Amino acid sequence: MKSVLLVNKIKAKKNIGSNRSKYGIIFALPWIIGLCAFYFYPLLSSMYYSFTNYNIAGSSQFVGLTNYIQLLNDSMFWTGISNTLIYAFMQLPLSVVLGVTIALLLNIKIKGQGIFRTLFFIPSLVPAVAVAILFQWLLEAQFGLVNYLLDIVGITGPGWLGDPTWAKPSVVMMSLWIIGNTFLIYLAGLQDISQEYYDAAEVDGANPFRKIWHVTIPLLTPVIFFNVVVGLINALQEFTLPYTLTSGTGSPADSLMFYSMYLYNNAFLYMRMGYASAMAWILFVLIMIITLIILKTSKRWVFYQGDK
Amino acid sequence: MKHRKFKRLLTYIFISIAGILFALPFFWMISTSIKPNVQLFTYPPVLIPNPLEWQHYFDATTMIPFFTYFKNSLLYSGLSTLGVVVSCPIVAYSLARLEWRGRDTLFILTLAVMMIPFPVTMVPLFLLFSQLGLVGGLLPLILPLWFGMPFFIFLLRQFFKQLPSSLEDAARIDGCSEFGIFFKIMLPICQPAILTIALFQFMFSWNDFLGPLIYLSDPSKYTLQIGLQQFQQTESTAWGPLMAASVLIAVPIIVLYFFVQKAFVQGISLGSVKG
Repeated sequence: MKSVLLVNKIKAKKNIGSNRSKYGIIFALPWIIGLCAFYFYPLLSSMYYSFTNYNIAGSSQFVGLTNYIQLLNDSMFWTGISNTLIYAFMQLPLSVVLGVTIALLLNIKIKGQGIFRTLFFIPSLVPAVAVAILFQWLLEAQFGLVNYLLDIVGITGPGWLGDPTWAKPSVVMMSLWIIGNTFLIYLAGLQDISQEYYDAAEVDGANPFRKIWHVTIPLLTPVIFFNVVVGLINALQEFTLPYTLTSGTGSPADSLMFYSMYLYNNAFLYMRMGYASAMAWILFVLIMIITLIILKTSKRWVFYQGDK
Repeated sequence: MKHRKFKRLLTYIFISIAGILFALPFFWMISTSIKPNVQLFTYPPVLIPNPLEWQHYFDATTMIPFFTYFKNSLLYSGLSTLGVVVSCPIVAYSLARLEWRGRDTLFILTLAVMMIPFPVTMVPLFLLFSQLGLVGGLLPLILPLWFGMPFFIFLLRQFFKQLPSSLEDAARIDGCSEFGIFFKIMLPICQPAILTIALFQFMFSWNDFLGPLIYLSDPSKYTLQIGLQQFQQTESTAWGPLMAASVLIAVPIIVLYFFVQKAFVQGISLGSVKG
């Protein structure tokens, strides 16, 4: 057995340096160029620009840490950070709970399963710009459908997007409507869970809720983990919804001034390319830190099937 | 047995309520798009318009240069999709099945750059394209995708990895060239995977807002996503035409999804029979 493996290894080694290795590089060449031109080059120059004073008209001028220091004293920078973090920490848990719940419901074998799956998935095919416009209309304080429905059950609805306290929850609502991609991933995860576990739980006399809580959820944690990381990275970069809703102003009372939007405004409205680059790097580092924290804590709550 | 039936009923009720709540915004969008103007601002809101009026669809396509934007969106989505379909499979194949020095390093770098948020690269890329004189048109949005896209390369690599090596070994013994193996054997097999990345890319470009917002300055080059804002620039928002335009923008993607979804499922089952 061992000698066979060895022969295979020698054979494999011989192939390196032959035809295949030459073609390997040729085949990968487009991406090697792309990686350098569209990822490494901008990454490095973004870091360089973040230490410069650069508007397109003039030449760039090295200013050291000035941009970063200025940012720390920029109140709109802090507004952007806090708005974005508040949004992410509202949106993320809700998207997990809603996504898992819908996936659980759609995993039960019932008539019309296909129709229901389609129903929950279609919204995520609607472009974000159209979603923002649609909800602006739904959440209209006087003629909107949402306040009308609330009125029926005897609740006076708030001003939603016109009210600084309700503006962010409104955006959360929109983002939850287009949750389709997420629940498709949960659904795939649910279908990977082997029936044996449920059978074992049934033998132990577990009721449906205990089965969900003690069998399904723990076995779904790798998928939840994946969705949390991806969802968080996306939430911290949220741009299209608040920009479309406010045309980049972040009104009312800056409650919708998200970090990416302020970054965009600095780069392409005020033409402060260096300042915007510093903001981009702070975002990058922030995303890396939060992702690392989730990765570190994941060992405590993520279970893999077959793990001891 | 009775207990079972009751549980089933409860599930139906629950999922139906959730389903109605989810469908309502979409229904509202369509309902508004075919509502006569006088019923737009009535209270209580009219859910099912009477009479149905198609005027908003006519307005949606004439108030703004809708078909020009539609053509631009199609151009952006089509050419960027073509780009990833041409570039990603061959790179992924090289990373998965050809052995060469530096291959693993390239793969790790590919995974690493997926972590870079778009705001980090967008400023230098804008400056680069503006120095090249390309800002204003669609080219800066399309060009990078012809050189590969990390997430798709990763997806396709996983796909190529799971194929048995006997496939290409047999072809090599028969004297097939490396190009021949890729084009004649590997490319046909990974058709369903290519279809998947094509769908992803088309949807992404069709719905992309930030990219076009940065690069497009000439209104004749606008895509639909940017063009939609023009309904709002007047004193008051033209809700009817705006909703009609939103429907018109969403429909191609929904149709495409259903169309490709079928072919996708077929492709997978065919692949497993052949493999």
